[in-house]
Amino acid sequence: MPRVAAKLTLRDQLGTVGARTGFTRNNYKITPGLYCIGEPNASSPVLVTANYKLTFDALRQKLVGINTWILVIDTRGINVWCAAGKGTFSAEEIAYQIQKANIDQIVNHREVLLPQLSANGVAAHELKRLSGFSGRFGPILAADLPKFLRNGEANEDMRTVTFTLPERAVLIPLEICMLWKQFGIAVVIFSSCRGYLQIFFSSTVAINRGIMLAFATVTAMMAGAVFTPLLLPWLPFRQFWLKGIVMGSLASLLPLFVYWQSMSSFEKIAIFLWTSGCSSYLAMNFTGSTPFTSLSGVAKEMRKGLAFQISSMVLASIFWVVGPFV
Amino acid sequence: MHGFRYLDGTAILHLSEDKCIGCGNCQLVCPHRIFQIREGKAEIIDYNACMECGACEKNCPAGAIYVNPDNGCGCASYIINNWFARIRGKAPSSCGC
Repeated sequence: MPRVAAKLTLRDQLGTVGARTGFTRNNYKITPGLYCIGEPNASSPVLVTANYKLTFDALRQKLVGINTWILVIDTRGINVWCAAGKGTFSAEEIAYQIQKANIDQIVNHREVLLPQLSANGVAAHELKRLSGFSGRFGPILAADLPKFLRNGEANEDMRTVTFTLPERAVLIPLEICMLWKQFGIAVVIFSSCRGYLQIFFSSTVAINRGIMLAFATVTAMMAGAVFTPLLLPWLPFRQFWLKGIVMGSLASLLPLFVYWQSMSSFEKIAIFLWTSGCSSYLAMNFTGSTPFTSLSGVAKEMRKGLAFQISSMVLASIFWVVGPFV
Repeated sequence: MHGFRYLDGTAILHLSEDKCIGCGNCQLVCPHRIFQIREGKAEIIDYNACMECGACEKNCPAGAIYVNPDNGCGCASYIINNWFARIRGKAPSSCGC
C-alpha cells in the first residue's frame, strides 16, 4: 500500500500551479484506493477523499504528524463538493472502494470519516447499509482535521463554509486562463474590423483602434474576473451581473482617460458599453465558483443579466463601427 | 454565511414538519447552518441562506426535505451550456468543475 508524505514536493507544487491555471486541471488525478500517511494501525481513522490530486494534496498537507488511512475514491478527478453534486462522490462508490481495499480486514473499527461537503452526494445511513461502515461527517476544511481528530467533534465554525479573500484570490488564475479562447476570438474579430477600416482610413488609424478595443477588453477582463471576485463582499447589489456593471463602469474610466483625446463621443459610449457589458458577463460567470449562490438564484439573475450584456455589446459594436464617421 | 448574502426568496427548499423525526442530520450537514432542532423537530432558521446544495435532503432518513432537484452548482456557464445543449438536442455537457 502506498505511503504518502505530508509534505509536497516541487513536482506537486508545479502540478498545483497547473491545476489552478487550468492547464492540467481536467486530467489531474490519482489512482483510487487505500493510501496511508505516517504509521497507522488497526484503530487509526479512515479518511475518505476524492481522486482529484489538488484535493488529495490539500488533504495530506494538513496531516503532518498524524497516522491515518486515506481511502481515495474515484470521482473522475473532480473535487469533493462538485463530485458529490454530480453524484460520483456517493455512498455506492465509497462502499465499492471499502470492499475493494478490504478495509474490514485492515481496521478493527467500522467507521469512515467523510468530508462534510460530500454530504450532498453521500447519505451516511445508506453507506452503513451498503458497506457495514458508518460514515461520520468531519469538518469542511482539511485544515481543521487535526483538531477534529483530537476532539472527536467539529464546532460550528468548522461546519460553516467560508469565502475569504485568500479563498477567492486563489480562484482568479483559472478565471483568467479560461478566457484565452474568448480573447483570441475577439482579437480575430477586431483584426477583421481592421480590414474594413483600412478601406476608409490609414492603417495606423485602424491599428490604433484595434489596440484601443483590445485595451478596453483587457480592462473588462480585469474588472469582471479579477476585481469583482476580490472585492465581492464590498461591491453593491447581490446579483453578480450588477456587481460586474459597477466594477466594469469604474474600470472603463481607464481606457476612456487614456484615449479621451483621440475618440469621438460615439466611440466613448462604445468603450463604456463594451467594458461594462463584458465585465458584467464575467462577474455573472463567477457565481459558479462561489459557495453561496443557488441554482434558482443564478437562473433568475441570468435572464436579466444576459439581456443587458447582449444588448450592451450589440450597441457597443454599432457605436464603434459608426463612431469614426460622425 | 459570514459577509455574503444571495437573492432572497428564490431557493427551492421545503421541510415537512409532519415527516421530520428530529434526527438532526440536516443541522449537522448544512454548510450554511440554516437548520435547528427545536422540541424534537427541525426548523429552518435562515431560509434565504440556502444555496440548494441538497446535503440536507440527501441525509434526511425520513424524506422530509425537498430541494431544487436540478443538478448543478449554481454556475452560469453550466446553465448556458444546458440551453445550447437543449437547442441542439444533445446531452448537456458539464461545466468542467
